[in-house]
Amino acid sequence: MDFGVIVVLQVLVAIAHLALISIGLAVIFGMMRVINLAHGEFLMLGGFTVVIAANHGVNLWVAMLIAAPIVVGLIGIVVERLVIRYLYGRMVDTMLATWGLSLLIVGAMTMTFGNTTRGVSAPLGSVAIGRYQSSIYELTLVLAAAALFAIAYLLFRFTRLGLIARATMQNAEMADSLGISTDFVYAVTFGIGAALSGLAGGLLAPLTGVLPTIGVAYVAKAFITVISGGAAVLAGTASASALLGTLDTVATFIATPVVGEMTLLIAAVVLLRLLPEGITGRFLRRAS
Amino acid sequence: MRGSRAWVDGLTVLIAIAVILLVPQLLELYSVINATIYVSMAVLALSLALVWGFGGILCFGQAAFFGLGGYTYAIAAINFGDSNLPVLFAVALPACFAALLGYFVFWGRLNDVYLGVITLTVALILFKFFNATAGDAYKIGKAALGGFNGIPATPPLNLPWDKSVQLAPEQIWYVAATLLLLLYYVSRCLLSTHFGQVVVSIRENERRAELLGYDTRRYKLLIFTVGGAMAGVSGVLFANCVFVSPTMFSLSYNAQIIIWVMIGGLGTLSGPILGSVLLQMLTAELGTLQWLDPNFVLGAILVVFVLLIPRGLQPLIAALGERTFSGLAALGFRRRKWIKP
Repeated sequence: MDFGVIVVLQVLVAIAHLALISIGLAVIFGMMRVINLAHGEFLMLGGFTVVIAANHGVNLWVAMLIAAPIVVGLIGIVVERLVIRYLYGRMVDTMLATWGLSLLIVGAMTMTFGNTTRGVSAPLGSVAIGRYQSSIYELTLVLAAAALFAIAYLLFRFTRLGLIARATMQNAEMADSLGISTDFVYAVTFGIGAALSGLAGGLLAPLTGVLPTIGVAYVAKAFITVISGGAAVLAGTASASALLGTLDTVATFIATPVVGEMTLLIAAVVLLRLLPEGITGRFLRRAS
Repeated sequence: MRGSRAWVDGLTVLIAIAVILLVPQLLELYSVINATIYVSMAVLALSLALVWGFGGILCFGQAAFFGLGGYTYAIAAINFGDSNLPVLFAVALPACFAALLGYFVFWGRLNDVYLGVITLTVALILFKFFNATAGDAYKIGKAALGGFNGIPATPPLNLPWDKSVQLAPEQIWYVAATLLLLLYYVSRCLLSTHFGQVVVSIRENERRAELLGYDTRRYKLLIFTVGGAMAGVSGVLFANCVFVSPTMFSLSYNAQIIIWVMIGGLGTLSGPILGSVLLQMLTAELGTLQWLDPNFVLGAILVVFVLLIPRGLQPLIAALGERTFSGLAALGFRRRKWIKP
């Protein structure tokens, strides 16, 4: 019984983990069709912001929920203005440029902070479930992931900004002729994507610690999740996280964490062979 | 007009042969081994130049075939005690793997991004797998896979007709550099055949090629397989100068190859070779500096290239060469029109 509860909780945590590392990418890739290979570095920067702020005496929650998204969001806007905006519609070039950016950020952070892991301890302590211990902070992350998806959904679905953003992504020329500054919309959308990544990276920092090269561990998984999700980005990413996270955790419990990760990757490859349009290419078509 | 092209080619071959012969004479053993590593990686760059630059297939996981080639060679060589069959295996296995993966991908009609992500995923799966092979449970015959440490004692190549003579590092340099030159010309010949022309036409416009009656999937599969085999060769050469370890499959290797091809010049064969050698020399040079992170410089270079020189170095150099030549022609040489490769 206790074991069952723990497994279920672990599955939820794994899903939340995947969802968190993917949400920023879901916005940037899903909406803007920008293959942002520096996504992992956005997460890393969010983590660094939290750790540095917390070590300087800033309240951990303020650092995670406010500092991280603002810092990384601003960095995202700068990146968009300096590099990405010249490359819209050139998918492969964006991919290469953001790859360069990712190396550049990793290099800069390594030069500044050295190649060592830093961390903050996770808040909230732990709770006992029968004979097992579970970290309350990990469980909070599940709620945080759900809340983030809800906020992103509401933002893009029901606000004026969201409407303008979606319209611009669908037909930039038309939006332009209707008097919308598409440059501004692109920059803001990219900034929102980056801010979400920063927030997620900040939330994960107490669990994983931060290291300049940690982004590499995230970027492939995030891409796989978003692409497996398909056209309806938020719903797709959420359902792909649910599917892949469950498989990962179950395989981890049966065998080892390495088998779990391999299962996740193999499942994604098979999934894309069966549903080349991703999950929402076939199901949940009307979601957004 | 054809004459001038052949003339340049002849000169290139002569220079290449001179370099091949001179490197072991002029450099110390350590530098010769380094040069061999560069050349083995140049073969890898050439393989992606073929697949991506001419086939239009953005394979983000080219290092998968490179690593498989290296591992196959190491495992087979340890078990057989000589290198004749292992080399063949090390080319055949990545080629078969590429064919299998290609079937999966091209018959699924996956395009750019999906193809990139799937190939990268496959490379990462292999990375995870070989990383997890520590311990006695993972032994193939006499060869322990060794997990994260890889297989440190990879036996070097031997003379095909005399198994007792193992090649010294200088001799491996000769083999590697000659192979690079050979594969470069093989690739050029391949591209000038009907098959090569169709492959390029598919890159230009897949739909049109299909409407002209070509089964584009088969052409893409074949060029992908050739690229896999060539990456296997590169893996064997690399295993001979370093040793095989899971990092051969890592994200950084996969990305490096793409950077080389991009900076050298996408859609050319000589560019990626040049790009790979230049960037490796640069990385090695930067690695000796304490205060500067090589990643930082590489990243900056890549961003600058994508934004300002998206066609890469080779077209730039070719244009420079053309200008020099026409300058010479103006000085009284017979004027010849330059034909772009």
